[in-house]
Amino acid sequence: MAKTREEIDEIRVAKRKELELRTNKNAPTTEKHILVCRGTGCTSSKSPKIIEELRRIIEEKNIPNVRVIQTGCFGLCSKGPIVIVRPEDTFYSHVKIEDCEEIVDAVAAGTKVERLLCKDVDGKTVESLDELNFYKKQKRIALQNCGVIDPENIEEYIAFDGYKALEKVLFSMSQDDVISEIEKSGLRGRGGGGFPTATKWKFVKAAQGDIKYVVCNADEGDPGAFMDRSILEGDPNGVIESMAIAGYAVGASHGVIYVRAEYPIAVHRLRIAIKQAEEYGLLGNNIFGTDFSFDIEIRLGAGAFVCGEETALLESTEGRRGQPRGKPPFPANVGLFQKPTLINNVETYANVSKIILNGSDWFASIGTEKSKGTKVFALGGNVVNVGLVEVPMGTTLREIVFDIGGGIPNGREFKAAQTGGPSGGCIPAEHLDIPVDYDTLLSIGSMMGSGGLIVMDNTKCMVDIAKFYLDFTVSESCGKCNPCRIGTKRMHEILTRICEGKGTPEDIPKLEKLAKQIKASSVCGLGQTAPNPVLSTMNFFKDEYLEHCTEHKCRAGACKAMANIQIDPEKCKGCGLCKRNCPVNAITGEVKQPHHIDPNICIKCGTCADKCPFHAISK
Amino acid sequence: MINLTIDGKNVTVEEGTSVLEAARSIGIDIPTLCFLKDINEVGDCRMCIVEIEGRRGFSTSCITKVEEGMVVKTNTKEVNEARRTVLDLILSNHHRDCLTCIRNGNCELQTLAQKFNIQNVEYEGEKIDYPIDDKSPSIVRDSNKCILCRRCVATCKKVQNIGAIETIGRGFTSKISTIEDCSLADSNCTFCGQCIEACPTGALHEKDNTEDVWKAIYDKDKYVVVQTAPAIRVAIGEEFGMPIGTNATGKMVTALKTMGFDKVFDTNTGADLTIMEEANEFIERVTQGGVLPMITSCSPGWIRFCEKNFPDQLSHLSSCKSPHQMFGAVLKSYYAEKFGIDREKIVTVSVMPCIAKKYECSRPEMEVDGVRDVDFVITTRELARMIKQANIDFVELEDGKFDDPMGEASGAGAIFGTTGGVMEAAVRTAVETLEGKSVEQVEYKEVRGEKGIKEANLTVAGKEIKIAVASGLANARKIMEQIEKGESPYHFIEIMACPGGCIMGGGQPIKSSKTRMSVDVAGLRRAAIYSIDEASVIRKSHENPVMKMLYDEYFEKPGSHKAHKYLHTEYSGKPLYE
Repeated sequence: MAKTREEIDEIRVAKRKELELRTNKNAPTTEKHILVCRGTGCTSSKSPKIIEELRRIIEEKNIPNVRVIQTGCFGLCSKGPIVIVRPEDTFYSHVKIEDCEEIVDAVAAGTKVERLLCKDVDGKTVESLDELNFYKKQKRIALQNCGVIDPENIEEYIAFDGYKALEKVLFSMSQDDVISEIEKSGLRGRGGGGFPTATKWKFVKAAQGDIKYVVCNADEGDPGAFMDRSILEGDPNGVIESMAIAGYAVGASHGVIYVRAEYPIAVHRLRIAIKQAEEYGLLGNNIFGTDFSFDIEIRLGAGAFVCGEETALLESTEGRRGQPRGKPPFPANVGLFQKPTLINNVETYANVSKIILNGSDWFASIGTEKSKGTKVFALGGNVVNVGLVEVPMGTTLREIVFDIGGGIPNGREFKAAQTGGPSGGCIPAEHLDIPVDYDTLLSIGSMMGSGGLIVMDNTKCMVDIAKFYLDFTVSESCGKCNPCRIGTKRMHEILTRICEGKGTPEDIPKLEKLAKQIKASSVCGLGQTAPNPVLSTMNFFKDEYLEHCTEHKCRAGACKAMANIQIDPEKCKGCGLCKRNCPVNAITGEVKQPHHIDPNICIKCGTCADKCPFHAISK
Repeated sequence: MINLTIDGKNVTVEEGTSVLEAARSIGIDIPTLCFLKDINEVGDCRMCIVEIEGRRGFSTSCITKVEEGMVVKTNTKEVNEARRTVLDLILSNHHRDCLTCIRNGNCELQTLAQKFNIQNVEYEGEKIDYPIDDKSPSIVRDSNKCILCRRCVATCKKVQNIGAIETIGRGFTSKISTIEDCSLADSNCTFCGQCIEACPTGALHEKDNTEDVWKAIYDKDKYVVVQTAPAIRVAIGEEFGMPIGTNATGKMVTALKTMGFDKVFDTNTGADLTIMEEANEFIERVTQGGVLPMITSCSPGWIRFCEKNFPDQLSHLSSCKSPHQMFGAVLKSYYAEKFGIDREKIVTVSVMPCIAKKYECSRPEMEVDGVRDVDFVITTRELARMIKQANIDFVELEDGKFDDPMGEASGAGAIFGTTGGVMEAAVRTAVETLEGKSVEQVEYKEVRGEKGIKEANLTVAGKEIKIAVASGLANARKIMEQIEKGESPYHFIEIMACPGGCIMGGGQPIKSSKTRMSVDVAGLRRAAIYSIDEASVIRKSHENPVMKMLYDEYFEKPGSHKAHKYLHTEYSGKPLYE
């Protein structure tokens, strides 16, 4: 049964009181909420079983005033499964099913399970979440509700000012007011290109059409990126509310969320959220009793990277092969089913309702001159704190990698950070202090992309990394235009040749020329950005390319074909560890005598070098 | 009107014109590969990229519409280098055996390679060796020559509304193929051959039967008779550099005689015979309450389409064989008997504008008493190749005449070559038969022209007759869906698989995308067809003396038992996919 404006407000007030302990350590309550992460990472390390077990024990022991709540991602995925007890904010990491009883007992007794408390990078045990360095420099706007509310309960969303922005828009703002507010906020598209969001909205509003569509691009495809997935898993209503606001602003009454089928939890929660929003009258006809109607349907993608490109997404949504359309016309005029269509990405929408609620000035006060607000990054690779971080635009790469990310593990050195996934570039140590925003990243040959941030240490070969990303684009190219279909393949062939030690000095200018031509002449963003990993590594790590092509040497030892694995007889103590670990029995030698590798048998896997306790084996 | 500047030249064009068209209108050529006007305007191949002042990167001229004050540069160093790299990449993945390619000399990729002075390919690399699909009797698909321009896909989908082919696979392994990558022979392909006409390279072509025909000609024991369809004579000249729309009937006949055919006959005569039978069948259906509307059956691509897509509606089809099949059957029966030739020794060759005719002549129904009506079908393109092989200087040939006694044909037979022609020819005969008197009107212009579906109302002997003419399978589908719903208002319908009829058949000379953009190929060929009709002394099939001879001496009357044995056929529903 649809609820009135007043009824929603009543829910908001009552529920907020009940959930005050989620965000306020000093909340006047006798209740305890045990929050368990049910994001994809923690779910795959059995958090659903933990929830079940916690509930079972609580019921068995008949403990009053303790509730177990599933939430979205807390961000610190490397510490999962994560359990947090509120209001005191106790942070338990790597929780196992066997730990549940102890946790429940501690909660009941008002104590803590010391051994499960999270340890920071410096080894210090932290009592509560906000003490972690990981969180100190973060600012959560898009992820505001992730880890706070139960994403499957719309009332919890409503409690934290949910659907208040939509109400505000419908009762006190004109369509132009909304667009103007977004414009003043400086919000730019979070999906890759950083196109000014309000400009898109203006185009769609101005476009003529009996029907218009608002589409949410949830086809997050960069390897290593999981920002959008986490937002949808942790706060689906945030996206739904913003889509409705966008619908009002541009004059659309239909929304479509295009989400990949590989995101089952996100899809499940979206379905629940849409159903609940419909039940509460927050989607559907005459929302809040106004003339505005808006509905949303979900379309599942089959996981093609190119479907993140907006026109390919539209093709796929319409049931055709996912490949980009020629532009012009642009989707704002001729989009889904030939109708004017607004397409924004998940994270972009996640900011919209907050901007409406808190005002454009508030949003514009965060970030840099041309990049406002925050950006969520999926931090991965050779970094201690693998997970999801949201930082104000302009935070330096060093702060993200070292302060938030905890630096490089295993005592190794930072070599490069890759942003923008297969469309982005590698940033070397000399640029660690750049402020991370759209324009700075572009100026050094990378891009924001959707927010993948992969840290690489000095065991990574940059030519090999370029080849890795090309490998991805070659297989993800839709095959529509020649530069991308054939060109990326040819680039990959040249890189393969170089990594196999068969490169020549002529290959370098040839590769560079091809990369630039593909960038200039491909149809869509996929092809136009596919050469970025090559061009940026060539720019910053040219000497590695030269070494590969002239000396046939890989300094990182990652290009196996060029590896020259030898045992230094001076250092070898004849312990036999290498011999025992060699998978192809290429090593011979008597105990306490220097060992020898037969190069004809050796497959250059490097296991011996890794195992040697005396560092006697060089790669 | 919109004013803009292209390479420093001012040009004024209508709003909605593409930059490509605007440039070409003032003699500035921009290379294209995937572009096919109105059919495939997608901007995929990247050959037509240009620079437009104030726009980031390159713009795609085939899909960018002109804007007031636009400043376009089509010939900068950057543009040319980018195009050259694109072309290099295409060539790097192409089987470059041009000398032995069926499209040698008429290949858009070859033309561009020449134009860009490509003397070596810079980015050589892996090529996938695809098997060649030559299972069908009509069409050969060689993916090794395919440049993935998708002109064929768009033609099959948008023009014909069949969708037999699509892109399968991804990235470098993308390929144009059928559902489950099956042979075209096992797909829903109708063998209309419009994809061949759209193909810029040798990736799609007719199955070549020229060797079979040469073998027959050189065989002393064989009596080889050739017949030429109405649409051949107005197109064959194009293969020898003559203007589009040239009527080269006389030269064509001389060439065929020079090549060594024993007799050269005209399918137009077969067309007259078809009218005799078909008009009679129509009158019978109208007067005796038969299944209506009746639909013509001359186009084998249409027949295959109908059998696969509307197997429950086959009773609407006329039982008449197509003109060349009828004529083949006559040659191996009446003609053989009359001149005492062993029918087993007769080889009938049909020169057709159509690749589906190759399939048609191989249909099991197309024989009488174990003797095939037509042994080989070659297309206009194959005939041109054979003429070249025979070292004949076509343009310089004297005009020849079709052989007697079967060489006489009416203007009604001639217009079979264009959409609306069969209907007009049938009406000329049916009206006089129903009225029981000679009727002055010969031309029925409502059924002429390029429109996909044309209709007309006739009052014949006090009866209202509604007729329709459709060409192109997309239009055929509309007509059939109407029939399926029981909502068809028509009595008699002509359907041709190819848009524009046989003059635009899948076996006709292939015109480049650029020619198709600037020249009304169908219009010129059609005009030539109608001028043949106008110049004919006899313009009604039933007035052709050969018909009188055939019925008096052999078939008795239209629709007779004997006529049915030789001149009619039957149809059977076929699965959409084998």
